[in-house]
Amino acid sequence: MSKTSYLTLDKMTLAYGDAVAVPELELAVEKGELIALLGPSGCGKTTTMRAIAGLLPVKSGRVVLDGVDITRVAANKRAVGLMFQSYALFPHLTVYENVAFGLRLKGMRGSELDAKVRAGLTSVGLAQFADRKPAELSGGQQQRVALARSMVMEPKVLLLDEPLSNLDARLRLDMRTELQRVQKDTGVTMIFVTHDQAEALSLADRIVVMKSGRIEQIGTPEDIYNRPVSAFVADFVGFENIFPLEAGKLKTSAGLVPLSQPLSDQTPSAAGLAWRPRMVTLGSGPFRGTVRGTSFAGHTREYLLDSVLGEIKAEVDASEPVHAIGTEVAFDLEADRAAPLSRFN
Amino acid sequence: MIARTLFIPVVLLLVLTFLIGPFLIIVAASFSAGETLAFPPQGFSLQWIFKVFTVDSFRASFATSMLLAVGGTAAALLLGIPASYALSRYTLPGAEIVRTVVSAPIIVPGIIVGLALLRYIVVPMQASMTLILFLAHTALVLPYAVRVVSASLENLRSDIEEAAVLLGSSRLGAFFRVVLPNIRGGILSAFILGFVTSFNQVPLSLFLSAPGVRTLPVDMMAYMEIVFDPSVAALSSLLAFLSIGIVFAAERFLGFSRYV
Repeated sequence: MSKTSYLTLDKMTLAYGDAVAVPELELAVEKGELIALLGPSGCGKTTTMRAIAGLLPVKSGRVVLDGVDITRVAANKRAVGLMFQSYALFPHLTVYENVAFGLRLKGMRGSELDAKVRAGLTSVGLAQFADRKPAELSGGQQQRVALARSMVMEPKVLLLDEPLSNLDARLRLDMRTELQRVQKDTGVTMIFVTHDQAEALSLADRIVVMKSGRIEQIGTPEDIYNRPVSAFVADFVGFENIFPLEAGKLKTSAGLVPLSQPLSDQTPSAAGLAWRPRMVTLGSGPFRGTVRGTSFAGHTREYLLDSVLGEIKAEVDASEPVHAIGTEVAFDLEADRAAPLSRFN
Repeated sequence: MIARTLFIPVVLLLVLTFLIGPFLIIVAASFSAGETLAFPPQGFSLQWIFKVFTVDSFRASFATSMLLAVGGTAAALLLGIPASYALSRYTLPGAEIVRTVVSAPIIVPGIIVGLALLRYIVVPMQASMTLILFLAHTALVLPYAVRVVSASLENLRSDIEEAAVLLGSSRLGAFFRVVLPNIRGGILSAFILGFVTSFNQVPLSLFLSAPGVRTLPVDMMAYMEIVFDPSVAALSSLLAFLSIGIVFAAERFLGFSRYV
């Protein structure tokens, strides 16, 4: 871990009462990075975010931001912004006053304040809504107000709680673009929390996959998507066929099953292998499966097979010949197409 | 079939008659030209309405009642708002006990509380009657204050406080800047409800009177025992219209019924 990282979580332990939620978390974030904390609910990602914001006390360890230990610094003195999942706009204040709220507390007044608030609203395209109340705006507009309200404070780190999950598909793309633009324009370090792998993959520079309060894997979206280190990460990013390895064979409920080809040199130490449905070879190979279900998915067709290996999910081009339910079909899980897992948990 | 269609309107009419009938009789009686409280009224005059304002004891007890209603409700809110906030935002040990204690004055009959206060506080401790009345009315109004304010706190998401803190506000500052303005309607509603409850309270105040210290409803009862003229009816009408006016204004401007 580099000592010069912009934000460092050093053996940070978080607890609710005596129940430790996040033990000794180590994370280093560089200035201007866009980090996703990804994991299922209860994995500690939101807890971690709240601790960085100062809303949850750190039990032990340190949080260092921009060279300053902020572990014991109060939330209102941290220069950390948070965009809440619910946006948390102040309902009694106008859009203008919502954005001005933090600036007024800083003692900013008059034309300086006005210029800053107007600029903030303009940057999110809401200048004409300054006098509206939050309830008079759509969800997407409210979120942009929340973004402007955080950004005018020029935070060192902006935290975002599930920034895209309340939006419909079209607004999702808008907001994603918006966040990337803000990040590029201001160079602010962003950390967002999500349970949606697609959201993390599309937005983040680096993804931190969390499980039960621990970091499972840190990597670029490509790393996480193509090279998951564990069965948990593989499952989370859509590898549906995951097997532990024992003595070079797949361990299934029906015993050890040899692979069709020897393991490559890169994977002798692998604890398991994982295949996406797209990586399953259908129509040839040493294994036999019975088609239990099939569904058309546009460009592709998905199959659910019952086999000696257990349940196999396969996905092939829709132009391939269709295998009817109940028929037997040959398939293969080729070792060199699989993602080797270094941990099987 | 006809019996069934008539049933509901008839019941409705009876209920309304029982609820509003006495009130109409009192109002009619207060415009009487006669010397005694009677219905139907004898003739029409406004003399009893005017007389109300000339009775010294009414003026004094009206002042007492106003002081109790305004002061007691304000005190109940000063206690009740922080209590509601703590109950709704934190999981406190003994929260259920606090809730029960706070709502006790609704459950325990006022006359028992009044007698107990007289017997065990006023007499042995020689406490000031005004002070005891004030405390009793504060306790009386507290359950309403907590209930109404809690209802409006429940409607307010707690993350706006965290948002305020992250924008640089202190916890206390966040309460005054974003919580209080958003529960203003609930607080005003609680105030009106408390005011009306306190002002119209008889049983609690019945035993708690001293020379020159009496609430208006108790004073009216005492007055009627001596003088049986329509001025009490006139005063009742005036008070009833005052209450109705307050409640209508509250409903009109604040959406009062949302909080009760």
